[in-house]
Amino acid sequence: MTEFSALLTSILTITLQAGTSLTYATLGEIYTERSGVLNLGLEGMMLLGAVTAFATSYYTDNPWLAVLVAIIVGGLLATVHAFLTVTMRANQVVSGLSITLFGTGMANFLGQRLGPPEYGGNLVGLVAESFRPTPIPFLSGIPVLGALFKQDILTYGLYILIPLAWYYLYKTRNGLNLRAVGEDPQTADAMGINVFQVRYLYTIFGGMLVGLGGAHLSLAYAPGWTENITGGRGWIVIALVIFAMWNPARAILGAILFGGINAVQFRLQAAGTTFPAAVLNMLPYLLTIIVLVIMTWWEALSKRVGAPAALSKAYMREDK
Amino acid sequence: MKRKFWSVLSLVVILGLVLTGCGGGAAPDGGGSADEPYKVALVYIGPPGDLGWTYEHDRGRKAVEEKFGDTVETTYIENVEEGPDSARVMRQYAQEGYDMIFATSFGYMDHMYEVAQEFPDVKFEHCSGFKTLDNMATYFGRIYQPRYLSGIVAGKMTQNNNIGYVAAFPIPEVIRGINAFTLGVRSVNPDAEVHVVWTNTWYDPVIEREAAVALLDGGADIIAQHQDTTEPQKAAQERGAMSIGYDSDMRAFVGDTVLTSPIWNWGSYYINTIQAGKDGKWETHQFWGGLKEGVVELAEMSPKVPQDVRDLVAAAEKEILDGNDVFCGPITAQDGSVFVAEGQCMSDGDMLGMSVFVEGVVGTIPED
Repeated sequence: MTEFSALLTSILTITLQAGTSLTYATLGEIYTERSGVLNLGLEGMMLLGAVTAFATSYYTDNPWLAVLVAIIVGGLLATVHAFLTVTMRANQVVSGLSITLFGTGMANFLGQRLGPPEYGGNLVGLVAESFRPTPIPFLSGIPVLGALFKQDILTYGLYILIPLAWYYLYKTRNGLNLRAVGEDPQTADAMGINVFQVRYLYTIFGGMLVGLGGAHLSLAYAPGWTENITGGRGWIVIALVIFAMWNPARAILGAILFGGINAVQFRLQAAGTTFPAAVLNMLPYLLTIIVLVIMTWWEALSKRVGAPAALSKAYMREDK
Repeated sequence: MKRKFWSVLSLVVILGLVLTGCGGGAAPDGGGSADEPYKVALVYIGPPGDLGWTYEHDRGRKAVEEKFGDTVETTYIENVEEGPDSARVMRQYAQEGYDMIFATSFGYMDHMYEVAQEFPDVKFEHCSGFKTLDNMATYFGRIYQPRYLSGIVAGKMTQNNNIGYVAAFPIPEVIRGINAFTLGVRSVNPDAEVHVVWTNTWYDPVIEREAAVALLDGGADIIAQHQDTTEPQKAAQERGAMSIGYDSDMRAFVGDTVLTSPIWNWGSYYINTIQAGKDGKWETHQFWGGLKEGVVELAEMSPKVPQDVRDLVAAAEKEILDGNDVFCGPITAQDGSVFVAEGQCMSDGDMLGMSVFVEGVVGTIPED
């Protein structure tokens, strides 16, 4: 029994660690998409956030400053996306993909240039100040659930951010305005909401959280810079947003599911079972597809969860 | 109309930025001088910054540049997918007048085979495959030899006889490495076991780390690996465990908890092959060099490794150099049957198709 609870604790611990960057990015993308803007640039934004955060921490020994830099970098890239898609009304998919391509190339390029000259400018293999797990006394001693309190400070930040993000979206006037813009920008405009302002604001805010998610990878989860450290997590987040049905409170569930898959399947392997890992790896995507199918087929549900109806549609005031 | 113009223009600008961002690694084109240099291109599966597999190939490329100076011009392209994209890349190099093209991953094989037939005057070199043509050769190294030696180090240094092994894909190359490592471990410590976890990826820093953490949670005190990054080593170090690196001398990047690493050393092979190409003496071949040829070796050991272990490794290395290779019997398979009978040695063909674990490995090989 104690062995089983130790196993559960270790799985839960690593699941939360793996899920933290996913959750930050998912929360960010939920806010962006709620305003009607689809941002497919997450992968590039997370990578640029990760590389700039790591470089900052390396030179300043201040991981907090590093987090701030990643937030700014994420926000800047999102500003570019907002400018292209909201002001210029460019195709959101194309703009997002461009940002991913740009961010991926730029991050790898910076990783080879930002390092100290004595390493040939390479950041790979360097060690910088990072966020270590800081267990909370007493609470971390609870069996199994103690894993919640054995995390790094950025993961603790989520425990506050998620309820706040949920409350803001569903219980405040600003949150209502945001949802209105994503649902029906014409009506929102008629109500006196500045659609352009709202879209800019939440696209940039979302980008900041995505940059923060990238920083968690290079500062806490896998401290250090390795090229393509995200390994496609930016794309997983796109699926997670749908899985969470654009609800911040559900973001954590998806992130735990996706983050926990590897923790579970590697332990099953190490224990010598023959359960096919491919099935477990497939599970989150399968569930996402099921959610998509249900929402397409059952429109009432789609309305109720508030899938942003105007998602990826540019808004033009003169449009009738 | 005007708005449309602006949005198109801004997209063009973004794409322009993207292209310059990606092009960071390429060397400048040669400018058609009177004395044309010999042009060589390398296709990489990952970035040279991985400190592992691709890093070592790029170290070989740099050795070539140092050796030949202006008479050889090298270029490379990183992060090329193992698919139709790789054929496009190789075709482009061939059209641009490159004399020799190296492709450094198994999955490029069929695409290179296809392109090589279109350009009979260009020399093609494929790493780790088995298909050859008059103008397409293969090259690889017997990394299992230094892996066996690293197994001796792990077998002597483990405290609890639980050794973890983070492995990429269940293919013969990886299985051969696990078996050689395990034979090395058991040659000095018959009670030790090697626990294997498959990641199903060559390059994913986070997944490699997660696999190592799972093994460490299972009690492993030494982590070995067949991946492309240093993450398993870093994970082991954070938990106060030791590790055995791979590909490059990972001790230089992670620290002394990396006891040693079986490493590649492509420089000499690349220099000899390009020299042959320059002199017009290149012929198709299937190169599979070992410790003797210097393509593979064991990196310098950590100060944590005591002298008696170093002596054991040196003795085993001498035995391999004397011709008593790793897969010479008697060896028992994982299920207890005979793997190699006493007095016999595995042929190269059997080694290249290895698909069964030896005794001492804990783990399963997934069936297709």
